[in-house]
Amino acid sequence: MTVQELWDSGLLKQINEGDDMDREISKLFCCDLLSIAMSKAPAGCAWVTVMGNMNTLAVASLSDAACVIMAEGAHLDETALTKAKMQGIAVMETELPIFDAALAIHQRLTGA
Amino acid sequence: MDDAIRLTYEISPDDFTRAGEASSDVKRKLKQMGVSPEAVRKVAIAMYEGEINMVIHAKGGEIRVEITPEKIIMILDDVGPGIPDVELAMKAGYSTAPDEVRSLGFGAGMGLPNMKNYTDSMDIDTRIGVGTKITMVVNI
Repeated sequence: MTVQELWDSGLLKQINEGDDMDREISKLFCCDLLSIAMSKAPAGCAWVTVMGNMNTLAVASLSDAACVIMAEGAHLDETALTKAKMQGIAVMETELPIFDAALAIHQRLTGA
Repeated sequence: MDDAIRLTYEISPDDFTRAGEASSDVKRKLKQMGVSPEAVRKVAIAMYEGEINMVIHAKGGEIRVEITPEKIIMILDDVGPGIPDVELAMKAGYSTAPDEVRSLGFGAGMGLPNMKNYTDSMDIDTRIGVGTKITMVVNI
């Protein structure tokens, strides 16, 4: 599944369209501790987190995540949203808890 | 002939809004040069962790990056307090980061271990009250 397909899936609220919407999502990744996300987030992942500060965007960009999913109704703060727009990082939101959000996306990803 | 590319970045202390800019710039440049994605990722992770450490613990400093056809050398030079016990600081999970830093999602004590894991060599030269100089190398 590409980022565009996830964007259009109706599962998530569309927040910021990224520069590379045709990118294939490799896997799901859940983590709120940025130092761990930095080293463990797989390239091309859809990263599900509640951490919405601008360092989240820096980590997403540097670890080469495909998109960021804000779960639990968490939002990017204003500075972070500006950064997402500047850097062309795809961001979506959901009210679902982290596990449920990741599971729902995983099921779409694998067709399970 | 010396065909290395040299880049220098000033790191401001306590400025989390700018943390990551230097690493992002290096990542972009390496990608443009066609360096392998794996090497780019290693440099980006190691340098970002170093950059964050300089913002959290030091009074800022300077990062110098040298790119040669064989390797990428990152020198992180700060004027911070120094690291009293390097062996302890290298332990995963050990952290002296203040609470406000932890609330931003950092301070897990993974910075130095990540830097070591994602580079081919890392050298720490630290002096209490003077500063710390970390030299990291990623082979291409």
